[in-house]
Order: sequence, then structure tokens, then C-alpha cells
Amino acid sequence: MELFDFTIHELHEKLITKEVSSVEATRSILARIEAVEPRVGSFITITPEQALADAEAADRRIAAGEADCLTGIPLALKDIFLTEGIRTTCASRILHNFIPPYSATSWEKLRERGAVLLGKLNQDEFAMGSSSESSAFGITRNPWDTTRIPGGSSGGSAAAIAARQATATLGTDTGGSIRQPSSHCGCVGLKPTYGRVSRYGVIAFASSLDQVGPLTRDVTDCAVMLGAVAGYDPKDSTSINAPVPDYRAALTGDVRGLTIGLPSEYFIAGLDPDVQKVMDEAIATYRGLGAEFVEISLPHTDYAVATYYLIATAEASSNLARYDGVRFGHRSEQAEGLIDMMTKSRSEGFGMEVKRRIMLGTYALSSGYYDAYYVKAQKVRTLIMRDFIQAFEGVDAILTPVAPTPAFKIGEMVNDPLQMYLSDIFTIPVNLAGTCALSVPAGFSADGLPIGLQLIGKPFGEETILRAAHAFERATVWHTKKAPL
Amino acid sequence: MKFQPVIGLEVHCQLKTDSKIFCGCSTKFGAEPNSQTCPVCLGMPGSLPVLNRKVVEFAIKAGLATNCSISHRSVFARKNYFYPDLPKGYQISQFEEPICRKGWLDIQVDGIEKRIGITRIHMEEDAGKLVHGDVAGLEEGSGVDLNRACTPLLEIVSEPDLRSSDEAVAYLKQLHRIVTWLGICDGNMEEGSFRCDANVSVMPLGSETFGTRAEIKNVNSFKFVKQAIEYEIQRQIDLIEDGGTVVQETRLFDPNSGRTRSMRGKEEAHDYRYFPDPDLVPLVIDADWVQRAHGELPELPEHKQQRFITEYGVTGYDAEVLTASRSLAEYFEECVAFHHNAKAVSNWIMGEVTRALNDSGTTIDACPVLPKTLADLLKLIDSGAISGKIAKTVFDEMWRSGKEPGAIVEEQGLLQVSDSGAIEAIIDEIMAANQGQVEEYRGGKEKVFGFFVGQVMKASKGKANPALVNELLLARLKG
Repeated sequence: MELFDFTIHELHEKLITKEVSSVEATRSILARIEAVEPRVGSFITITPEQALADAEAADRRIAAGEADCLTGIPLALKDIFLTEGIRTTCASRILHNFIPPYSATSWEKLRERGAVLLGKLNQDEFAMGSSSESSAFGITRNPWDTTRIPGGSSGGSAAAIAARQATATLGTDTGGSIRQPSSHCGCVGLKPTYGRVSRYGVIAFASSLDQVGPLTRDVTDCAVMLGAVAGYDPKDSTSINAPVPDYRAALTGDVRGLTIGLPSEYFIAGLDPDVQKVMDEAIATYRGLGAEFVEISLPHTDYAVATYYLIATAEASSNLARYDGVRFGHRSEQAEGLIDMMTKSRSEGFGMEVKRRIMLGTYALSSGYYDAYYVKAQKVRTLIMRDFIQAFEGVDAILTPVAPTPAFKIGEMVNDPLQMYLSDIFTIPVNLAGTCALSVPAGFSADGLPIGLQLIGKPFGEETILRAAHAFERATVWHTKKAPL
Repeated sequence: MKFQPVIGLEVHCQLKTDSKIFCGCSTKFGAEPNSQTCPVCLGMPGSLPVLNRKVVEFAIKAGLATNCSISHRSVFARKNYFYPDLPKGYQISQFEEPICRKGWLDIQVDGIEKRIGITRIHMEEDAGKLVHGDVAGLEEGSGVDLNRACTPLLEIVSEPDLRSSDEAVAYLKQLHRIVTWLGICDGNMEEGSFRCDANVSVMPLGSETFGTRAEIKNVNSFKFVKQAIEYEIQRQIDLIEDGGTVVQETRLFDPNSGRTRSMRGKEEAHDYRYFPDPDLVPLVIDADWVQRAHGELPELPEHKQQRFITEYGVTGYDAEVLTASRSLAEYFEECVAFHHNAKAVSNWIMGEVTRALNDSGTTIDACPVLPKTLADLLKLIDSGAISGKIAKTVFDEMWRSGKEPGAIVEEQGLLQVSDSGAIEAIIDEIMAANQGQVEEYRGGKEKVFGFFVGQVMKASKGKANPALVNELLLARLKG
């Protein structure tokens, strides 16, 4: 095992026993990044100097006996998190030159614990996409098969884990953007309950759906990272003022008596046979561990994708209005006059998919269409939430596939946005309902592509799904497999 | 044909909070451009708004003082439009669910009282402003100053209940008095702390159906409101009489020409695409909060005005003047508490005090003569210790030196002489020195009496008790 192969908890043991230093671990990972980055393309910005300075500071802290579980751990962030003094682009040309004057609360929290910043990770532009192909800074490839996409939008965050380019990463999930790439790249990824983690300093895509979460090598790391970033933030009015449990303590390995729901709407005929097979095996594994399964119904599932693409685009069309070339970011040099300057800056700065969604969202909010689209979508959202509330009256968690297929080929869906949108069909309802869910490695396709399973929890039920995922992980070997890079 | 104007006003008042509505930046006016900004009010990526509790308290007070009902639940909404002074590309406002609804204010025009409905009051943030070419470090082109961005505003929308420019001004003045009285707005119209848009239409007299309205922007003084509305009414009447039709549009008032001109038509009207702001949770105000705000309300101007008439017996006009501002009314009441002659207190405040304030360009809050000292002075008059005339001299000295009236009177020997022996002695001297005039008076020329009064007062250096002088002089001259 190389230093770059370790999990957070393994590396932490080695750091506090002084077996290795954070500088050594960081150097190992930086070398790994250099070696594989040309084949993967996980990063938009690599910050080796920052990383080594952070690592030195961490080593001093460890020497002083003040180490935290994340002190000296080399991490990387999706380029949607603001990092003071370090360029933050959201994978968009419109922010190609943006150096933020402040940092995201979630990154601040990791920093206070002594984490090391390796750099900023690639993603779909403004987190809009499921393949990381819409980045203005080039595509990211799936480390398991570099002819395939890593998933998206947090594709860089997942690929970096699979390629051993970071010990853990942070991503954001608006409609599946943590879970789907985690499934495609064989890592653990969790979308917390809406309000669990502060959104302050995270570039907004769709404010009522966006949530920050970790992507890690195993479930223990996931619990550690969630515990570090979760909690109330007075700077985010939508963050919830509830105590943060000790998530790691919830990992008892015991799922006996746990009731897991299988929504009939998710196990439809025509599901990819590899995915179906992995799900069947996972259910059998859980049964063996003493969990019980019941069939449940989430009757409004069919409407989720349409609902999502109205609400998310409506919010995005407004959230992205601030990129006008006036105060920061790209400003057109061709422009004459104020309005022309704003129009040209936006036309030049935004990519295709972003423009498409701004137009969709603007339309949904327009006078005369607002009631038919936005208001109706909000009503359906309430029905979808209610589906979950009712389902959770009888079950502790819900098990589903993360994505209908394993990772698809690069370029395969670029010209078919609707088909691309449908690839998030199993993850989107969770964001609409505002509850939590994770993806944990559950097997491989016949082609050797990772496939994850999704565990959906009750609102603030992260402990339950982490416990269930951890028990599964202990009973299986999938998380130990390495991408053949 | 006779026409009936129909007017509704939308008033924006800037709230007097120390910090902005959605961030902690200062709201102080006149600072270095962009020195009072942060990621939130600059609309930086990733920044999020957090509601200032004080703004809600002020909005509740404004609602209660204008007889509105306070919404248990209200929602912030985004008003989307592009402009360089609007950092986020949307303004956070309230739309479908404002904090206050359905209130009213009573106004009086030419002695006739009228009730004007208030449709709604909502909270919102202000935009920044563009600066063109004339700022340090900006040789040409335009700059954006975002110090004002995100400062809290209340928008108070009236029903179209106003029927003349005079009613509009009366309503505006009444509203201005209330928000400044509550201490939630400084009311400074020049700095834009209290500004107004007017919706104006005309319809044939007796008609029930309103005409097409024009919205007039940028009317920022009571005088301009009157001017703009009158111009607009006449413009619309002329248009209709010439066979034209009024179009729905936004018009800008130009204070230099006194005219309004078209800014944008209905076709160019913005589609603001309002929707609930997902960054802010719905605002829930429980009955306790409303109750607390109610308890903190000062006595409102209309109530105080009535009470001054019934409790102190001042005239309707005096009561109105004395309640023009809360400070003035409080000054009056405090003074009356020390000296119970309300009529005298009222006369002195409206006379000498107001004159001195105007001369020195100060306001009642900064008046160097405190209510208690003014009361002391009035006591000296009413007890006969000094004359009203001397009192004015004493008042000027009080204003200048800040000394107590008693001390001034003593130092300068200004005590009124009410000793008849002393006055008689002066009278005798004057009569002896002016035998001719004595003869004239006794010969029937009674006008000469005034001459003697003047002489006696002069000889006593103004200190002789005028009533006593009159009485004694009359007796002596009649001989």
C-alpha cells in the first residue's frame, strides 16, 4: 500500500503514531496526482504549495499533541466551494479569473481541524450535468475506464477518490451529483438532509435542493467527514440548529431487525441487468445480516424528473443572474455600454448546458407560465415529500439503485440532454424530499464498472443509513477494489 | 367634460437600522464608495442573506401605527431584473405574502376628514447606485457604489383612494409624520430616505371605472408630489379632450421643468419573475411578538394631537403644530409638566422657541433651552416677577449663555418693579418735566397717555409693572 491508498482513519493512525508525517503523505499524493492526472483530469486547480504549507502546519499540530481526526489529511474540494485567495471557477468560463475574498463554511470547518488542501476539482459547469462533460476546463475521465464519464456533477470529486488523488473530497448534490459519480467511480458518497450542512460559500445552483456532502474511500471516512462539516451556521438561514451526532459511533455493524423498503417504482422492468444483479445480491447480503425487506410504493416517482427540472432551473435562472461582468468574473471586451456588456459577458461566459437551463428556468417563472409550471412543480414536490414521509412510517431506510446504468461512454449523451436528465431518475426524488441518502459500492458490471447502491434515510437519519452502509461494507469486498490506472 | 383624478401612492422609506437588512454592514450615509460592503451585499457567489430582526420590528411598528393587520406568516420573494447597481440580479422583496396588509390613515384637507386605505406594507432591500465620471479615481466611464445596496426599505402602498394632489400631499405628510414619529425612518427626502412613486389616472366625473394609469417615478419632495400629480392630471385630461387615449406607462418627473416624460411603456415593462426566495425561510411572527411591539409603540401623533386639545385646551391649530414631530410634542408636554399654563407654553414654543430654532438652523432635539428652564422663565412672567417683554431678553440670554432665567434676572437686575411708591415717584418726576403734555391730556387729548407710559417704562428701564403703571398714571393724570 502506498500512502495515497490510505483512508482517512488509516492515515490518521499513522500520523498520530508518527509513523508518517502529513508532509510525506501529501508529497505521496501530489506525486500520484502528477502521475495520473493527464489520464483522469480530476482537477481544475492543483495547489501543491498550499498543500505542503498546510501539511507542515499539521505536522506541528500533531507534534504538539493537538491532532484532530482530520489534521494532516490531504483533501480536495469540488471547485464550487469558495476558497479564500484560491481561484474558484465552478468549472465556468465566467469565473475563470475569480479569486474569492472568503471561504465556504464547510471548508473553514475542515481547515480548522487541520486538513490539507490539494486543490480544486472538476465538475459540470455550475454543477449542471451528470457526466462532468460540461466543464469549461475539459472533461474528467472515469479511472475504471477512461473512455467513460465519471458521472456528475461532482465527477472530479469521485474520480479523484478512485484514482487515489485525494484521501477524501467534498462535493455537492442537487439532484444526485454526489451519489451518481460515487456509484460510477466506486466510492462512498453521501447527500445529507437539507439544512444539515451550511451552504454558505458554496456557489448556488438550486438553493432549495443543493447540499454539501463527502465522497470517501469507505463508510467510516464518510462518517468522519460528515461529522466535520455538519452543523448549524448562522450565515445560512436554511441550516438547521440541531446537534450533530457522533456519526462514527453509529457504525455498530449491526443491522439486525432493520426494516428496509424496496420501492416498486424503482425496480422497473428494463433496469440494466448488471444493476439489477448487483441489487439482488445486495438484498441477499442484507438478508444474511438480519435486515428485513418490505415492498413499498413512492407513487409520485414518475413526476420527479419533470418537477426537478422546473424547480432547479427556475432557481438557477435567478441564482446565476449575478454573473453579469460588473463586479467579478469574465467581462466581455467587445461590449459597448452597460446592457451590452452584461449581455456579451454572459453570452461568452456561460456554456451550452447552463444557457439551456437559464432559459428553461426563466420560462418557468415568466408571467403567464408561473402557475402552470413553477407553482405546479412545487405542489408535486409536496406530494413527493409526502410519499417519503408515508413510506418511512413503515421502514427505517429505503434501498434503490443509484443510477439506471453504469457509467456511460464519453460523448454518448452530450447531444441528448433529455436522456442525460433521466439518468438521475433515482436520485432526484431524494433532493425534492429534502432527506438524506448515500451511495455505497455494491459490485461491478460485466465490463468491470463499479455499481453503487443507494440507501435513503429519514430526514436527519444519516446515522441509520451510515450504519447500514457500514455493515454492508464489512460483509463485502467492493470498496477494497482499486481502479486499474 | 369634468374629470375626476384617481391617485395611489407607493412610498419607500429607508429604515433607521444600524446595519443592513441581510448582512451586518453599516447603513451610514455618505461613506467612501464601497467601503460598507461585504460578500453578501456585493452579491458574491456563495453568499447568503440573513434577515435583520430589527427590520421586522420596525415593519411591525409601521403596520400597527397605520392600522394594518400583521401577517402571521410572510415570505420574501426575488424580484428578478438586470441592472449594474443590483448586485445579485434580483432584489429581495416581498410579493404575494407581505408582512402587513389592509390598514388605513386619516387625513384632513380643508377641514374635511377622509380615510385613505393602505393596501400593504412590505420589507425589501435597496439597490446600490451608479456614479458617472465625477468620482476620485474614475476619470471617465461609470462606477457602482454598493454602500446603499441591501439597506432596509419599507414599501407602503396606498389604495387608489386619493382624489386630488392636495389629498396626496396630506397623506404623504401624515405618513411622513408617523414613520419619523416611530423613529424607524429619518424622513430625509433629500437623501432619499423617504421617496414616493405616484399612480395617477383620470376618469369622467361620476364614473365608477378608473382610467388607465401612469406611474410617476422620482417625486422626492412634498412640493414635487403636488407639482407632478397636477401636471400629470392635466396632461391626461388634455390628451383625452384632444381625442387621444392614456397609455399605461412609467413616467419620470423632471423637477427642473415640472413635467413628466415617458420612461417605458407597457410593452417594455419588466417581467420580474417573482418567486419565493429559497435562501430565506418564511417569516413567522407570533402574537407575542406583535403584542410586544404594540407595547413599545409611542403615543401616536393623531392621538396626541386630540389629547392636547382636550387635556390642555390648546387650539386645534396649535395642537397640530405642536405634534408636527414627536420631539416637539414631547418638549411641549415636558414644559407643561413643570408649568401648568399650557397656553403660555404653547405660545412661547410656537413663537420665541421656533423663531430661535429657525434663526440658528437647529431642531428641537438640539434646543439649548431645556423644557424645564423654559418653564422657569414662564413662571417668572406669570408670577409678575418680570414682564413679558423683559422675558424675551432673558430668553435670548438663556439661549446664548445657557444660564438659568432666575440667575439672569438677578444678575442684570431685571426684576419687575411693583412697588407703587417707587412708580409714583417716577410718575411725579415725568409729569413735572413734561408739564405741557400734562396740560394737553387734561385738555382732553387722551392719546398723550401712551407717551407717559412710554416715558415711565423707559425711566424704569422696562422693569415697572405695566399694569400698575397704567393704573397709577391714570389716577395721577386725572388729578
